[in-house]
Amino acid sequence: MANSNHTTRRTVLGLAGGAAALVIVRPVDATPAMLQAAIRNVVGEANVRTGKVKLDIPPLVENGNTVPMTVSVLSPMTADEYVKSIHIFNEKNPQPNIGNFYLGPRAGRAQISTRIRLADSQKVTAIARLSDDTFWSATADVVVTLAACTEEAT
Amino acid sequence: MPSALINIPKKAKRGDVIEIKTLMSHIMETGYRHTASGSVVPRDIITSFTCRFNGTEVFRADLYPAIAANPFITFFTTVTESGKFEFEWIGDKGFSETAQASITVE
Amino acid sequence: MKFAVCIALLTAMSGAALATEIPLAERRSGYSFMSADTKAMQDEDTANPGMLFVLDGEALWTRKAGGADKACADCHGDAGVSMKGVAAHYPAFEKTLGKPIDLEGRINLCRTNHQQASPFAYESRELLALSAYVAQQSRGMPIAAGTDPELAPFVDKGRELFMQRQGQLNLACANCHDDNWDKKLAGSAITQGQPTGYPLYRLEWQSLGSLQRRLRACITGIRAQAYDYGSPELVELELYLMTRAHGMPIETPAVRP
Repeated sequence: MANSNHTTRRTVLGLAGGAAALVIVRPVDATPAMLQAAIRNVVGEANVRTGKVKLDIPPLVENGNTVPMTVSVLSPMTADEYVKSIHIFNEKNPQPNIGNFYLGPRAGRAQISTRIRLADSQKVTAIARLSDDTFWSATADVVVTLAACTEEAT
Repeated sequence: MPSALINIPKKAKRGDVIEIKTLMSHIMETGYRHTASGSVVPRDIITSFTCRFNGTEVFRADLYPAIAANPFITFFTTVTESGKFEFEWIGDKGFSETAQASITVE
Repeated sequence: MKFAVCIALLTAMSGAALATEIPLAERRSGYSFMSADTKAMQDEDTANPGMLFVLDGEALWTRKAGGADKACADCHGDAGVSMKGVAAHYPAFEKTLGKPIDLEGRINLCRTNHQQASPFAYESRELLALSAYVAQQSRGMPIAAGTDPELAPFVDKGRELFMQRQGQLNLACANCHDDNWDKKLAGSAITQGQPTGYPLYRLEWQSLGSLQRRLRACITGIRAQAYDYGSPELVELELYLMTRAHGMPIETPAVRP
């Protein structure tokens, strides 16, 4: 909101309140270096390719506190060719990791769902490790809108 | 005792791939929030979820503070025989809860 | 920043004249304003976190408490039978107090009078769980509160409060929820404020919460001093809102953003 060139008393009050709320609810963001380190922790020196992974997450969410998401991976899920694990990361929460999910051939279908928290509009990345130890990924942008009238922090 | 909700089909055919949905009550306090007086609210989250079928692990997850309160996790598994699914949630402050669900395979 | 947006819109809106109440045919639950993902969360019981509280309530229903060592079930039996439709008639007139009480108030009166136990705190997990369990027994049934003639003056007080401009933003509930419910405020839908699903699971709260909690948040939003939990004003507002939603089906435990 850079259009406040008619700063009324109400606007000033509003901005003051907003700033106070920000201090309380938002700690430091994860840095791109932290995100890279978290991903390296999982994939090591391996190359991560785009593809095979589908990340279903709403592009615009009504509340960042509970965002539904589904990750599915293209895999026959046979004894020889299956998904070992799925790892989910975010860009701007205080911590880059969201969750690690360990599957295996008997899962039958390489798909998991959960609900996550997003502190702000940001990218979410899912990386799958296949049975041949190759890594595949998908990334999605999520816009998080904030409720107009939120409660005061307690 | 915290409540859990497990959704699995009661019956399936041998070789079917079934979906398992789980919901566990937990606040998932991130450890990144502060009270109005400025003190940090200590982290209190579930860190691990495991599903075993007749004693064998079929699914496992590591959870971080970015998992929403009352963790909801769904996944798939192939059913081979009748038996019992056991679910286990482990977390901070000694949190440890289990739930069970049976399936009949025809 | 969001507050700045909020205020800009509200200030513009406060110029609008008060309209009349929403016609019957146009009444819409908050559910209808939600995204498909949030609707799906409410639609399926095993995906609805509010059901965790209902399960807790079911356990509490049969747990003995207080000096009388009695459980809810010892007097009321099977809640599926005895509590069916009950929540649709709350807040209800309580003769001994000469005023209306809401469902939470009734549960706490039962605790003090019949179980000889201490009342649960407002928004405690126990009170939310029990009220969710009781209200869930009326799910799908039409709201029918406020028909008792003794309630009439209290419904009127609630309506007056709903229409009363207050707070630093000088807004009445009606300015948003009667006059502008088809518009948006900072990206969120302004709903009609129909109390069909309480106590409900708010994604923002990441918990179940009561209608009084919601009303207090709204009042804080217009920068007025929120009434205390259990105050007559909040109960009268609850009562008016329930009469305003007459005939709409109960959704407890609903999910809202």
